[in-house]
Amino acid sequence: MADDRTFFNEMLDDAGGARSPYSRLAAWLEDKPANFLTKKSRDAETIFRRLGITFAVYGAEEATERLIPFDPIPRIISAAEWRRLSAGIDQRVRALNAFMHDIYHRQEILRAGIIPADLILQNEAFLPEMAGFTPARKVYAHIIGTDLVRVSENEFYVLEDNTRTPSGVSYMMENRETMMRLFPELFQTHAVAPVEQYPELLRRTLESVAPDPAKSTQTIVVLTPGIYNSAYFEHAFLADSMGVELVEGRDLFVDAGKVFMRTTRQPEQVDVIYRRIDDAFLDPLTFNADSMLGVPGLFDAYRAGNVTICNAPGTGIADDKAIYAYVPDIIEFYTGQKPILNNVPTWNCSRPDDLAYVLDNLADIVVKEVHGSGGYGMLIGPTASKREIAEFRKVLEATPTNYIAQPTLALSACPTHVASGVAPRHVDLRPFVLIGDQVRITPGGLTRVALKKGSLVVNSSQGGGTKDTWVLED
Amino acid sequence: MLGRTASSLFWMSRYHERAQNVARLLEVAYRGAIMSHRGQEHGTHWAFALACSGCEPEFKEKYDELHIRSVAVFLLFSKENPVSVRNSLELARNNARAVRTGITAELWEAINTTWIEFTEVNPQTITQERLPDFLAWVNQRAHLFRGALLNTVLRNDGYFFSQMGNFVERADNTARILNTQYWSLLPDSDIVDDGSMEKYQWSAILRALSGRRSYRFAYPNARLRAFNIAEFLILRKEMPRSLAHCYNWIADTAEDLAQFYSAREPSLDLAKDIALSLSEKQMREIYQDGLHDYLTEFIGRNNQFAFELSKDYNFS
Repeated sequence: MADDRTFFNEMLDDAGGARSPYSRLAAWLEDKPANFLTKKSRDAETIFRRLGITFAVYGAEEATERLIPFDPIPRIISAAEWRRLSAGIDQRVRALNAFMHDIYHRQEILRAGIIPADLILQNEAFLPEMAGFTPARKVYAHIIGTDLVRVSENEFYVLEDNTRTPSGVSYMMENRETMMRLFPELFQTHAVAPVEQYPELLRRTLESVAPDPAKSTQTIVVLTPGIYNSAYFEHAFLADSMGVELVEGRDLFVDAGKVFMRTTRQPEQVDVIYRRIDDAFLDPLTFNADSMLGVPGLFDAYRAGNVTICNAPGTGIADDKAIYAYVPDIIEFYTGQKPILNNVPTWNCSRPDDLAYVLDNLADIVVKEVHGSGGYGMLIGPTASKREIAEFRKVLEATPTNYIAQPTLALSACPTHVASGVAPRHVDLRPFVLIGDQVRITPGGLTRVALKKGSLVVNSSQGGGTKDTWVLED
Repeated sequence: MLGRTASSLFWMSRYHERAQNVARLLEVAYRGAIMSHRGQEHGTHWAFALACSGCEPEFKEKYDELHIRSVAVFLLFSKENPVSVRNSLELARNNARAVRTGITAELWEAINTTWIEFTEVNPQTITQERLPDFLAWVNQRAHLFRGALLNTVLRNDGYFFSQMGNFVERADNTARILNTQYWSLLPDSDIVDDGSMEKYQWSAILRALSGRRSYRFAYPNARLRAFNIAEFLILRKEMPRSLAHCYNWIADTAEDLAQFYSAREPSLDLAKDIALSLSEKQMREIYQDGLHDYLTEFIGRNNQFAFELSKDYNFS
């Protein structure tokens, strides 16, 4: 069982002493009376609720807006650890962007036989409409959230690359704000790298990929599906903190190959769209004809070079779970270097040998749907019942190409406030990367925590919580 | 500014104003009902609140009898009543949520906290004894909203549209309260000064419009007289809920908006015309033309203005 295994403890070393990044925090925690964190957690919840930092849950009629549980104990990363992580992330996001430029142009990686051509060309996430088109500065994914897990002192694995529309950055920022309100004294004793520059850097990144970057003022908008979307709070937060308009599809229109927004006065031309809606909904004329969310004609305006869409349509090919197994090869192919960060070993169920192994070992591994997200449609072998495994086996045998499988990793655990006090709970980490005229990685990220004892599922839609993530400066 | 943003700010204010108006009507009905004597039907007071808030037909579809619980629940908490305080607060919040980027943190917190606290109230617990406190709370929250709006929002187009929404709703509310009770304000009903039904209606109207004390200041030597009350609520600019005050404010805002955009749209001229006609009017003329007709026409022009405004500024 997952909770019986040994796992890396972020705070404590094998002898039970505090690891050096946590030494001050551990001493501070020891001093505190039993109900101290309970009270602070309640304060935090009040702050979040008043500010409306919520996410929507589809299908739940009464409680359509929920808070993500916030854990008041920070996760701490040392400066040295962060340097290595950010070098690995930098390498990875550059390689993924080079990969996308290649497969939408000369496809040299396919000709070299590194990746089977069918895996790309038959993939739903591959958009033939993007072939031959080069976005500004050759950047496809401008905003990436790389999901990492740690299994030992020096071993980090990348779980997912999230090159479409990664969410969670608003929680990174609000978690920090809340921690500064709750525990000002901790910030005086820790040199925590700030994250508050993120919106400014996002804006600069978006400006740097405008069709005409020389223009003195760029009109940037954040495109949201609307107030009922689960990440609406984040969309509003980003538009607000960048000082740009938050638009819905109906606020935009295309005229003579240019994109405009409907204002109270003359229509205003839009240069850059940070879109938070999926490819399929962007433009009913090119993609899903039933979509009311998008803007008719947007894709033609994009291909004419009159507007930049961030992230570019078709970036889903880079974080497709079937492509994931090839990312180390992708890095080597485009950078000529060994990957700094590990991939989790992955079985591709579309290959007969892999499938046979997976079927034999269902009780020990994790099986994920290639196009699924948010912890749905997956099997976590070690915690699943016999019946669940038997049922999953049938589905897997019927449609093996829909699945990949990975060993269950012993995720590291971080001290977390629970009903009985402070206990280790498993965590992952999503740092946020911006790619424009340069690559910018905000020191920190979103730490998600599985609040149930032994659980490895950190997704907010499955009851996971979040923590502030501190990167210490030297 | 997006046309949709302008629309949301207009409706955010409008719905918030509506929530407060409905709560105040209920308070007036409640006072009337507990004070009623000499065999008056309690139902009269509840009917007044339902009629003024414009949801009498919906109420009758649902309930056979007028009594405190059904009216209070219907006006405060009902999802089926389009003008209930609940629906108004939710719509106000949804509009605010849609323009989170266009309003201040203080304003958002005021409106969001009101909504959260409102939804935490179990309608079963609002008994007759607790009703006045709860209504006072709704009222105070509306003042907080407006205070946050006046004190924190940048004086730009967004602010101007929110003011338009606020005062269009208020003018509509005042005109409709007067129109529901216009018969009690006709000069020839001005013959009694005892505890008669008419007199009660006048003071109910003044109370519904937060104008009881102000009236005494504006007419220091006058008794409650229909003529004065009508003049006070229609033509006196000093009274913050009078039609003249609302349109003074709207006309000033129209001026600001024209300057802000360096352009004057037809709806702004309409606002000025309505304001001007109120400032030139005498109460006697209104009575000569017919109070009911006058109010009905005003409600129409007020709606017309809101419609023209939304057309001129691409509300969508």
